[in-house]
Amino acid sequence: MTGSIFWKWVRVTALAALVCLWCYPFVWLVSASLKGPLEVFSKGLNLIPDQLLWENYVRAWDTAGFSTYMVNTVIVSVGTVILVVFHTGLTGYVLGRYQFVGRGLVIGILAATMIVPIGVTIIPIVELAGAVGLLSTREGIILALSGSGQAAAILLYAGYFRGLPKELEESAELDGAGFFRTYFSIMLPLAGPVTATVSVLTFLAAWNNFLIPLVFTFGAPELRTLPVGMLAFVSSNETDWSGMAAAATISLLPVVTFFFFMQRYFVEGIAGAVKQ
Amino acid sequence: MHQPPQSTLGRIWADRWIYLFLLPTTLLLGIFTVYPTLASLWFSLLDRDGFGSDGAFVGLANYVELANDPLFWNAFGNTMQFLLIAVPLRVGLALVLAVILNASLPFVRILRTGIFLPVVTTAAIVGVVMRYILDPTGGPVNLILSQTGLADGAVNFLGNGSLALYSAIAIWVWKWLGITVIYWMAALQTIPADLYEAAEIDGATAFQKFVRITLPLLTPFTIIITLITAIDATNVFDLLLTLTNGGPFYSTEVIDIFVYRHAFVANIPRLGYASAAAMFFGIVVSLAALVQILVVARIGRRGGAA
Repeated sequence: MTGSIFWKWVRVTALAALVCLWCYPFVWLVSASLKGPLEVFSKGLNLIPDQLLWENYVRAWDTAGFSTYMVNTVIVSVGTVILVVFHTGLTGYVLGRYQFVGRGLVIGILAATMIVPIGVTIIPIVELAGAVGLLSTREGIILALSGSGQAAAILLYAGYFRGLPKELEESAELDGAGFFRTYFSIMLPLAGPVTATVSVLTFLAAWNNFLIPLVFTFGAPELRTLPVGMLAFVSSNETDWSGMAAAATISLLPVVTFFFFMQRYFVEGIAGAVKQ
Repeated sequence: MHQPPQSTLGRIWADRWIYLFLLPTTLLLGIFTVYPTLASLWFSLLDRDGFGSDGAFVGLANYVELANDPLFWNAFGNTMQFLLIAVPLRVGLALVLAVILNASLPFVRILRTGIFLPVVTTAAIVGVVMRYILDPTGGPVNLILSQTGLADGAVNFLGNGSLALYSAIAIWVWKWLGITVIYWMAALQTIPADLYEAAEIDGATAFQKFVRITLPLLTPFTIIITLITAIDATNVFDLLLTLTNGGPFYSTEVIDIFVYRHAFVANIPRLGYASAAAMFFGIVVSLAALVQILVVARIGRRGGAA
């Protein structure tokens, strides 16, 4: 069996080389963010900086406004997660456990919203938000993100709640709990694993979203999120390679760190979507 | 609990708390997805030059103009190239990787995480960063190409109109491949291991096992994974706006950038025209998805009957 062990390690080595190639852009990015402006060019492919220049980070964080963009992105992402868990949990609960008039219609509309391209909805969203004064506000961004394409989260909740035993509501009813208390104090806490998955997926989607914060902050640069700020930064500082690299590293680091800790929920969530 | 038979209205009244539970989703999705879709349909029949202006009803004039606009067909064609080239590439490469990673190799988790890393990063930021990585003068890719002698002279991956779309497709496949690998790995785990053991006893090679067992059993997953990836391929706005802004000379302009340009960037916005382009494309996407879903349902029924 020596041959098969040999081939196993050949495969591992080939895969490891592929992974290095795959992650190279990010390694290059971190390296460039610590180099001097001229060093990025003069040292070419050498990834080790002469000395670690943290001033690129100071420049991006303070001067270029990425501290503000970071605060905006965190507020928008956390706000969206709370609102999405609140509304998709409620809907998933009644869809998963109850028959009612119009249930088929609700499911049909949810399924249809899954394939509506953002290009179709963005113009009326901006017009409506402008009419009610939500356009240059973080609240507007949160509401628009929470109301766009959340069918997958609803289906995750519905699937989970469907599997819980019927006796749960009956015993809660005997204790005199109303629908709302039953849901918020018994059912929602039981759905912890789904809440974790939905929160992780929603957080990443909100953090990475671009078009909605872009069009909502045309008139309010101080409300830009990280990706919107990034585009603005390179538009006016095209030649500042190390500043660009520091700004991009600042923007990506939280979401990458978050992913490493929450990987399990993420992988379960997307794998579950296919298996159904 | 014996309840007398009720009228529809009576049932709705008895279940009123259910509708209260549905209210938040109904409001949010109603305001930010359902209403905008219907409003876009109406806007596409208007000639409007800005937000807040009323606009005049022009019937199907916007659609007629689109049909005669070479830049619209250019954007439509670029989106189609994404669907016809990038989707099979991503689905196929991911299957190959998933089969390799599914074998019990050491360090599989680390390797999988590495392939997955680009998926969690922000597409709009990746687009900006890739401009620098592929830069013809100082970017590392061109440095590697020139120092190893693989190319004489700089390759302008994003500035060359006949190359830019393919560079964008390659970046898109790189960025999202990891998520498709996870889909495939989930699908592969549904195949019972004893099928492979039986085939091994019969002396089947690895290739025979793949073609005779793996591929046929994966068919339903192939359809759903292709559908999900195809929907992804229609949402490349973030990456392409930041990577090339649709250029050079519209060579990477996809439908969403066409819509964005007419609605939000033009000196005189053309909201009706932009809505018509989005609507036309949305209808094409919906029809394509509908056809695919019907095919899936058909295969599902046949599988159930067999």
